[in-house]
Amino acid sequence: MRETPLSNCERDFLLKAIQEKKRLEGRQTYDYRNIKITFGTDYGCCIVDLGKTRVLAQVSCELVAPKESRPTEGILFFNLELSPMASPSFELGRQSELLVKLNRLLERCLRNSKCIDTESLCVVSGEKVWQIRVDVHGEEVTVYSADERDPIPLSIYHMPICVSFSFFLQGTYLLVDPCEREERVMDGLLVIAMNKHREICSIQSSGGIMLLKEQVLRCSKIASVKVSEITDLISRALENDKRVRKEGGKFGFAESIPKQRITALKSDEAAIEMTDMEEKAEGIISSTEPPSEPVPSPVVRAPGTGQVGESLENAWGVEQLEEEEEDSVDHVMDEGQEKEEEEEEESQYCNKADVVVISDSEEEEVVVLHQEAQVDSKQQVSGPQQPGTGDSKKKKKKKKKPVQ
Amino acid sequence: MSDCLKDKVGDVLLPGDIFSFEIKPEKVICGPGLRRNGDEILVCKSGILRHKQPNMYWIDSQQKRYVPAKGESVIGIVTAKSGDIFKVDVGGSELATLSYLAFEGATKRNRPNVKVGDLVYAQFIIANKDMEPELVCIDSCGRSNGMGVFGEGGLLFRVSLGLVRRLLAPQNAIVKELEKVFPFEMVVGMNGRVWVKAQTTQHMLVLANLLESCENMTAQQRQALFRRVADGAS
Repeated sequence: MRETPLSNCERDFLLKAIQEKKRLEGRQTYDYRNIKITFGTDYGCCIVDLGKTRVLAQVSCELVAPKESRPTEGILFFNLELSPMASPSFELGRQSELLVKLNRLLERCLRNSKCIDTESLCVVSGEKVWQIRVDVHGEEVTVYSADERDPIPLSIYHMPICVSFSFFLQGTYLLVDPCEREERVMDGLLVIAMNKHREICSIQSSGGIMLLKEQVLRCSKIASVKVSEITDLISRALENDKRVRKEGGKFGFAESIPKQRITALKSDEAAIEMTDMEEKAEGIISSTEPPSEPVPSPVVRAPGTGQVGESLENAWGVEQLEEEEEDSVDHVMDEGQEKEEEEEEESQYCNKADVVVISDSEEEEVVVLHQEAQVDSKQQVSGPQQPGTGDSKKKKKKKKKPVQ
Repeated sequence: MSDCLKDKVGDVLLPGDIFSFEIKPEKVICGPGLRRNGDEILVCKSGILRHKQPNMYWIDSQQKRYVPAKGESVIGIVTAKSGDIFKVDVGGSELATLSYLAFEGATKRNRPNVKVGDLVYAQFIIANKDMEPELVCIDSCGRSNGMGVFGEGGLLFRVSLGLVRRLLAPQNAIVKELEKVFPFEMVVGMNGRVWVKAQTTQHMLVLANLLESCENMTAQQRQALFRRVADGAS
């Protein structure tokens, strides 16, 4: 499959917008796309969301014989895949130019900068070393900058992070982290990999544009700011994950990846009735005994469980009314209960969400960069949201409640 | 008669579901997602079964990939000129052809001015699975009827096919509400491409983002959002 061609109209518009300092998603010139990092149930697996791009990285290891030239060093191997599931323009079994370029970039950035102590991977000198393999799978339209973290036991000296800059109109305009369409109209691209100690690990310029010294210096300054932000985000996400694992809370993709439902045709959200439900339920709770025990959430029980959709709920729910939805929720929780008890159950969940740490940490794992009150960027998240971060979090929680 | 179909209206059906009739049914018209196989009707798309009086049935599905269908109007991007035809990308699996004679007032001597990269609003005259799809920019009377080259200074973006169908439905609430936010021009192609033009770049960007976000919002959420934007815009 070919890529969709870029029309003149889009090109003109993008250039005009860039001149007016506006971008498609409502970002500012130096803004990054939203970054979200989620971890799988097993170590060494993570998904990074960068705007609408999603990348899955898996780290694995095996014992192999070392290279003859370097008997005391482990081997670091990167494998990048752009599967056609992500975008029809990616073809299977053929190394596209983009893939080679990205793979090379990753290798240069991570291996050649010696960010991982390869000597520590040596088991028996000259005989056995660990080979660390990083498999990266692109999903959706893959754009630049993704960085691979390796699990804690690996000694990582520093984390190089790529920041891409694109230049428009012979370098007059500069954008940080271009999206796919912006990349197609740009004149030149500069990728700087830097770690948080402000050491440049690799720098790559493509597109055949003449850059001035000042421009490169300016880019490296911007990169240092972005890198420190992202490093902070990664370490926070890692810490969070570690904490949740230790506490035995919920973790893994199934818990942390948001459900992207098509709610457009839905008549009403269940969130509305939750408000008075709480008050009603409060009365019922005070008058009756609490139920024996809360029923566990029906989502995924063990890692590797295959499942299509979620439980009995109907995500298409078009002409379904709220009652039906409630019904399905309760089906999941426990069948054949009285209406009153159902309400009780629900309120239990409400309270649980308020008190217990689990849901809290789950929320925090979703770390979002640049949550400014940009109306346009906000709209990607479903539902009307207030500019404040706290507010939006609360709303998210509310929506999640009936599902749990 | 067609009771077994009628019972399932509003239900979610999956590809492979079969409707078989014990008594020979009256005439049933199968729309998208349903196909006849002997005496049975096969479901070939996942979605909700819809019904329209007297006996039209189709599957309302959510998808992003466009499949050309005869008579549908789409927004295409001209990708190549070869001889007397233009190759147009419509988002389908194959490029569609568009003859240079299929424009209003075009003759062999008087060629239309179409450049590579231009947007065209055109209609499918041939679209089936075995042949290359063909577009025209005129109706049966030879009039352009709103079709042809367009797109100076607007913004083109993609939305899902389901949203496009909703936008094109008569008495559509989204467009009505959007009109109140600020004035704009809009071209909607059945292939999921939407082109908007408003007074300023800002407005166009806001419009594009609003429309994209309509996909995942309920009516109330949408109204609240539009109101907020309108307050901010004015």
